[in-house]
Amino acid sequence: MAEAVDYSLFVDRSGDGASRIEFAVEGGEAPLSISAIERTLAALPGLDDARLNLTKRRVTLAWRDASFDPATAIAALRELGVKSHPLRVDHGEEAEARHAQWLLKCVGVAAFATMNIMLLSVSVWAGNATDISPETRDFFHWLSALIAIPAVAYAGQPFFRSAAAALGRRELNMDVPISLGVLLAVGMSLYETANHAEHAYFDSATMLLLFLLAGRFLDQSMRRRTRAAAGNLAALKGETARRLGADDEPVTVPVAALQPGDRVVVRPGERIPADGVVLSGASTLDDSVITGETARRPVAAQDRVHAGGLNFEGALVVEVTAAAADSLLDEIERLVERAADAKSRTLRLADRVARRYAPVVHVTAFATAVGWILAGAGVHAAIVTAIAVLIITCPCALALAVPAVQVVASGALFRAGVLLNASDALERCAGVDTIVFDKTGTLTLPEPGVANRADVAPDLVAAAGRLAQSSRHPLALALAREARDRRPLLDAAEEPGRGVRAVIEGVEARLGSPSFCDVAAPAPASGSTICFRLGERTAVFAIRQTLRPAAVETVQALARTGLRLIILSGDAPAAVAPIAEMLGVAEARGGLKPADKIAAVEALKAEGRTVLMVGDGLNDAPALAAADASLSPIAAVDLARAQADAVFLGETLAPVADMLRVSRKAMALMRQNLGIAVVYNLVAVPLAILGYVTPLVAAAAMSGSSIIVTLNALRAGPIRPKDRDRAAPVNIEAMRALAPEVLP
Amino acid sequence: MNVLIYLVPLALGVGLIALFAFFWALKNGQFDDPDGAAHRILSDDDLKK
Repeated sequence: MAEAVDYSLFVDRSGDGASRIEFAVEGGEAPLSISAIERTLAALPGLDDARLNLTKRRVTLAWRDASFDPATAIAALRELGVKSHPLRVDHGEEAEARHAQWLLKCVGVAAFATMNIMLLSVSVWAGNATDISPETRDFFHWLSALIAIPAVAYAGQPFFRSAAAALGRRELNMDVPISLGVLLAVGMSLYETANHAEHAYFDSATMLLLFLLAGRFLDQSMRRRTRAAAGNLAALKGETARRLGADDEPVTVPVAALQPGDRVVVRPGERIPADGVVLSGASTLDDSVITGETARRPVAAQDRVHAGGLNFEGALVVEVTAAAADSLLDEIERLVERAADAKSRTLRLADRVARRYAPVVHVTAFATAVGWILAGAGVHAAIVTAIAVLIITCPCALALAVPAVQVVASGALFRAGVLLNASDALERCAGVDTIVFDKTGTLTLPEPGVANRADVAPDLVAAAGRLAQSSRHPLALALAREARDRRPLLDAAEEPGRGVRAVIEGVEARLGSPSFCDVAAPAPASGSTICFRLGERTAVFAIRQTLRPAAVETVQALARTGLRLIILSGDAPAAVAPIAEMLGVAEARGGLKPADKIAAVEALKAEGRTVLMVGDGLNDAPALAAADASLSPIAAVDLARAQADAVFLGETLAPVADMLRVSRKAMALMRQNLGIAVVYNLVAVPLAILGYVTPLVAAAAMSGSSIIVTLNALRAGPIRPKDRDRAAPVNIEAMRALAPEVLP
Repeated sequence: MNVLIYLVPLALGVGLIALFAFFWALKNGQFDDPDGAAHRILSDDDLKK
């Protein structure tokens, strides 16, 4: 289907005639090759500059020649086997990038200050133990102050601003005790330095900032990567609409190109691309994205529909009333907000801790000062001790304990191709003891093909293909690719889990399960059948699927870890059995309707099982929502992705095992880290109250606890090849004999 | 000990130069694509044949 697509919407034009466009790129199995891509693009006439950013997986093109067409670049990339799709300029992403740069500058300043002040401090500590002259010590302390004051004023801003904002709302967050601790440490050190004292805490103040800034930068850069990846996904998904031309032939256009008055076809499983009025067709819509209402709403001709509504049953023709210029961005925003929400809720958890922690700290410090005065110590000594309590309790380790693990774990998952969608996905996946797999599109690749085309009359193939265009079921898509006539049937209605029907030239046509089409189909040894009835004529199409790469290894490795594995499929039991046998899964059921899947999941939960549902497809969506945790491959229809806690990319099934392994490890490490932070406080606070905390002790305790917590978090990290290869060698030949065409 | 009067500020000056070098690198996008940089260093495309 090669039709012209207008890319002008995606081009960023600056005033001086230069144009820029950004593509999200995806290389399939082969890694992207910088030199191949850049050399190919550089050879295009009219293009000034092409640069691939491998971290973001984006290509930026720049040109001045007005005759250059970005479509030639897409074609050139496609010849290299690289899929590309233009991205719209996202100003939110630019703002995040600027914020990240600012944080990195703060880290740089804090690191510079910490290293140089530590150089001076170590000299003073060593000198105090031997024979430093008071003049030299004062000189070193004043130099430290000279470095620390501007450094804290600059690098402390992220915390000061956040603390001020929280105080403005009359709330306490983690940044309030941090800011207070840093400012008091600097203030007291200045006072002590002016009074020629032995101790100054400039090193503690800057070191505290350095550790916390590093944590904050890592957290932010993880969020930025997720955002960029979500943007790429939305772009590669190619938010498009099927616009009807004057001849009723649908043409795929970017949603952003829709104009009021355009007619678009919306198939079941697709979202309404733009606000409009239904011209023909009848269906039910899930408007939960828009209204929060989860009950579906029936729509027919003349009804108003809104962008984002999910079409369930029948193909609709919609006349656009409002241009959908922001629809792609909206989609990105939804993905990002969910990802960002995942972060902010953990921050909120940290803030909840802070809300209890901060008052305890402040009361302890105050009580220390009062206690020492009552015990007969001078006011000055009492206040110095109280401030030492504040410095030592600065929740360094506590503030790093949970986020550090989450950053490392989500980073590892990101590299393994899993994007977290829900805030507590890690936590919920960690407790899973039962995994329910869907078969079609989950254990197998989403795109099967028609195997027995030659055995069926060509006109039946054509009619079935035309009807199949109205369905989003993966088996129907294979048939739809066979269609010559691309005009969809406007009155087609899809019944989830059963099939699709319509009237073709006065004859009823049904496509779907044998019972739905009333066809006696012999169960195939492997693969699936899709039946077609056109009046009295019938046909049975054999649609064959291939397992996802690494499916056998992954499932067997999961089984060995003691998980209960179940396959629940809407497909024919005869098609499910060979796959279950090949994967070594004893519990497999086929022929299930969406409601049956929910019932099965609910039954497992009633047994006290914690269920992870792995699935895609229209009939899995309710089961994904019903399970304790859910995971979807990204090729899934929108509906499934909207419900899943996490999505995984690519063709292999290995991310399922990675998700479980990383989330379990992450949960264990979070608990450990919180334990370490508590132990640290139990040891350090009594020492501080008793007045034993010199700058040396504070520096050692703070850096020690932070480093331990961070190093511990790193263990959540890389997914090593040996973890994946722990699966026993699989006898591929024996399996090929079992079911020749299912293996890749 | 008078040597400290100029040696310590000298050390600080060297540190400051490093800090400004870091700022310069940041501004020039040296940290924009860490994954790509690892691959680019292996490419000979910039050599004139």
